[in-house]
Amino acid sequence: MPTVSVKRDLLFRALGRTYTDEEFDELCFEFGLELDEITSEKEIISKEQGNEKAEGASDVVLYKIDVPANRYDLLCLEGLVRGLQVFKERIKAPVYKRVTPNGEIQKLIITEETARIRPYAVAAVLRNIKFTKDRYDSFIELQEKLHQNICRKRALVAIGTHDLDTLSGPFTYTAKRPSDIKFKPLNKTKEYTACELMNIYKTDNHLKHYLHIIENKPLFPVIYDSNGVVLSMPPIINGNHSKITVNTRNVFIECTGTDFTKAKIVLDVIVTMFSEYCENPFMVEAAEVVFPNGKSYIFPELAYRKEIVRADLINKKVGIRETPENIAKLLTRMHLKSEVIGDGNQIEIEIPPTRADVIHACDIVEDAAIAYGYNNIQMALPKTYTIANQFPLNKLTELLRYDMAAAGFTEALTFALCSQEDIADKLGLDISATKAVHISNPKTAEFQVARTTLLPGLLKTIAANRKMPLPLKLFEISDIVVKDSSRDVGARNYRHLCAVYYNKNPGFEIIHGLLDRIMQLLNVPPGEKKGGYVIKASEGT
Amino acid sequence: MADGPVAEVLLRQLATADGGLDSAELAAKLGVEHQAVVGAVKSLQALGEIIEAELRSTKRWELTAEGEEIAREGSHEARVFRSIPPEGLAQSELMRLPSGKVGFSKAMSNKWIRVDKSAADGPRVFRVVDSVEDEVQRRLQLVQGGQAEKLGEKERSELRKRKLLTEVTLKTYWVSKGSAFSTSISKQETELSPEMISSGSWRDRPFKPYNFLAHGVLPDSGHLHPLLKVRTQFRQIFLEMGFTEMPTDNFIESSFWNFDALFQPQQHPARDQHDTFFLRDPAEALQLPMDYVHRVKRTHSQGGYGSQGYKYNWKLEEARKNLLRTHTTSASARALYRLAQKPFTPAKYFSIDRVFRNETLDATHLAEFHQIEGVVADHGLTLGHLMGVLREFFTKLGITQLRFKPAYNPYTEPSMEVFSYHQGLRKWVEVGNSGIFRPEMLLPMGLPENVSVIAWGLSLERPTMIKYGINNIRELVGHKVNLQMVYDSPLCRLDAEPGPPRTQGTA
Repeated sequence: MPTVSVKRDLLFRALGRTYTDEEFDELCFEFGLELDEITSEKEIISKEQGNEKAEGASDVVLYKIDVPANRYDLLCLEGLVRGLQVFKERIKAPVYKRVTPNGEIQKLIITEETARIRPYAVAAVLRNIKFTKDRYDSFIELQEKLHQNICRKRALVAIGTHDLDTLSGPFTYTAKRPSDIKFKPLNKTKEYTACELMNIYKTDNHLKHYLHIIENKPLFPVIYDSNGVVLSMPPIINGNHSKITVNTRNVFIECTGTDFTKAKIVLDVIVTMFSEYCENPFMVEAAEVVFPNGKSYIFPELAYRKEIVRADLINKKVGIRETPENIAKLLTRMHLKSEVIGDGNQIEIEIPPTRADVIHACDIVEDAAIAYGYNNIQMALPKTYTIANQFPLNKLTELLRYDMAAAGFTEALTFALCSQEDIADKLGLDISATKAVHISNPKTAEFQVARTTLLPGLLKTIAANRKMPLPLKLFEISDIVVKDSSRDVGARNYRHLCAVYYNKNPGFEIIHGLLDRIMQLLNVPPGEKKGGYVIKASEGT
Repeated sequence: MADGPVAEVLLRQLATADGGLDSAELAAKLGVEHQAVVGAVKSLQALGEIIEAELRSTKRWELTAEGEEIAREGSHEARVFRSIPPEGLAQSELMRLPSGKVGFSKAMSNKWIRVDKSAADGPRVFRVVDSVEDEVQRRLQLVQGGQAEKLGEKERSELRKRKLLTEVTLKTYWVSKGSAFSTSISKQETELSPEMISSGSWRDRPFKPYNFLAHGVLPDSGHLHPLLKVRTQFRQIFLEMGFTEMPTDNFIESSFWNFDALFQPQQHPARDQHDTFFLRDPAEALQLPMDYVHRVKRTHSQGGYGSQGYKYNWKLEEARKNLLRTHTTSASARALYRLAQKPFTPAKYFSIDRVFRNETLDATHLAEFHQIEGVVADHGLTLGHLMGVLREFFTKLGITQLRFKPAYNPYTEPSMEVFSYHQGLRKWVEVGNSGIFRPEMLLPMGLPENVSVIAWGLSLERPTMIKYGINNIRELVGHKVNLQMVYDSPLCRLDAEPGPPRTQGTA
């Protein structure tokens, strides 16, 4: 769940009122947010780096607010305020409009070289925007939040924002050999080739995480203006030339990526959030993107979609009885402008470009329920009549566990994952003989394989409890995993019972006796002739 | 008779004594070690009310070894004085005497002797007075005679500084007759034997009272693991509520059943290598229900069933990737898919089993834990029904104050987190997650359109750690378990009032 950090006083000023921490926490809870922490920059630094480093840092109160992972429209102060104000019916949801400029439209031309590395690009312009320090910081922070979440750490989408007044279109999005790309990157004073940059950023704590996305590709994506100025080398770094500042008035935004849908959503989110500060609020200047096949698209999409949902469906799914008019009001509070149409039971809902999370009627139902208040819904018990059954394997396991304890053995609970050594080398077996399933991405040796036997876990339990008085009598009834090509996934569990007797004298007859007892409980007679069980010596374990 | 001659003598003496007697005095009288008398007192005490003994401590002054020597031979300064003949003694010779060094300076400061440094063969010591009173010896002899109180505080402390005197504390017993005093004692019986019953001798035998304050002998027994005791209770609750147990005995799952079937998009962060254990061998699922797979693919990539879909390029290779299941919801998906293959009948399902996460480990997070999941499928289920079922479920856990918060899960909509008020922490804490499964998950399975499926989940470890007061999950789960904790853990009664807080690692 992403966490958005906002200055409390700035938030309250934008909301037009103040709240106590408890009141604000309550409001968040109701809306599906979580006021996770109340802190300050000073406190954060002092916690992470000690009091000395925090000296002189800002002690402005910060609210850290957890936002649901699908609500990209709440990832910045602007969006949070808009969402809460509409929810509290203090403002109406703004209408976002794409406008074509009077002069020439900004053009981004995609060449076919990008096809194999990062084929999609979208763009837009924020015209006559007015930043302040706080707005500018929020603009940068929103891009970072989007990068970390919907953009999947820039793998799916990367955002570049530029001072349009320093550039001259049309722009070209292409891909070139790293050695052929040379520019002065953001916050550097000299030019480097892309190869050099990839080396330099290996030690950059922020950028090193994105290098792998293009690292081994023969061509790197790059965007030029008509004078050959590099705007950015996505998804790594922008050029320094077009760097935006607090004083930038016209912003050119480009988003490149491997997922077209997400690139469009990301662009919509940025422009809907920050067009608020344009001379004509919520108006976004269009840009044209020409794809290699010659087709040309206008962005941002800023598409409004209409859905029609019956009021009784919403009532039935939530378990409430509201009039269609009331439901329309509830939805409107959730940024979904709604009205009753047709036979008076149908509600037409307008889904704005900020609400990409609404993809089905069930999403609309949820918003109605949130606006109604989850805790105002009347609880009821379903009349579903069913007869319960236990899973036979678990039923037997439960019965046996009790009788194992009654036989004086204590139940252990050990890990299903372990090292190869545990199930092979340490037991004198070859790993290939175990038929074990292997994990491809273990962080440590403890998680290399799923266990093929319960024994190592019990032995480790004994080793960790050597201070306990003897004897130790342990058992475990749990699952082991082996490869099995007759199963759909190629592996299966087996339920095993394992018991260990640990004392200063061997006492094999004790574990032998336990086995006899288990067989007695399972009603299996001893002796081969009676079709019962026999114990034979075997090699190894 | 009990405990030898000393005890016998003690009782005889006590019979004639006036009021009582002192153990130290008795020892002196009998000429035995004081400890022997103390032993006799203790053994008589153990027999009941024969005697009463009161512990007394007395302080006494005693001579040190050096003090005794001085009491006998005189002080060092007196001995120096006496060793000087009228014609004097060479200082060097005097210093060689045993008392020479200490005695010389003391005798000098007492002005008993003088040194003539002008003598021909080196300094010579002469008497100044004719005779001396050896005050130190006299005082020590007084102490030796038990008359230390005749000395002043100052005199005693001076002698103590010279390490001639020391103060010792003596613990003695003041012994008096008990309510069952008798000079002829017999040992009390501790056990009732078959012989006593058959002979009837138990009627006349004295019995030792049972010490109820001592601990009894714990029975030899095996013990069930606390986490699994809690699991048993959760199973019981579901069974009481009419829920059928789902098969979950497949730790290995395909990405398809774990994610795709749940309408969790292929770029979802949970499907990242950092969060999920993928398999190298067997790396891919061998079989998938292809008809259903196609419906799932279409729903993800193009939408359908009233959904816009996620509009991305859905890949079969991604769905085939095997992993260690990250939740038991994959088992619920399989169960619901099976349910959809027959004419619909309402169903209530539950499961409690292991799930695996490739996460960062800490005091409350392991790479594997148990997930509890409940599912109800029926026509016309509402959010109100979900809340109603949750209320009943949590009431059985002893949790009655519930509150619901809107939340986001990829496969449920609406979704709600369940909070309960924690009396100890004085705040609302999350106790579970829940929701109504998305139509994009249910309809491709083939479930009828008007069927809703409500579901909720929680971990088994968290309520168990709270219940048993365990802070580090490794003490509960895995081989580093504290077996003593397993031995000592009480019954799991989820709806009973919580007991007093337990301390860690009770020995």
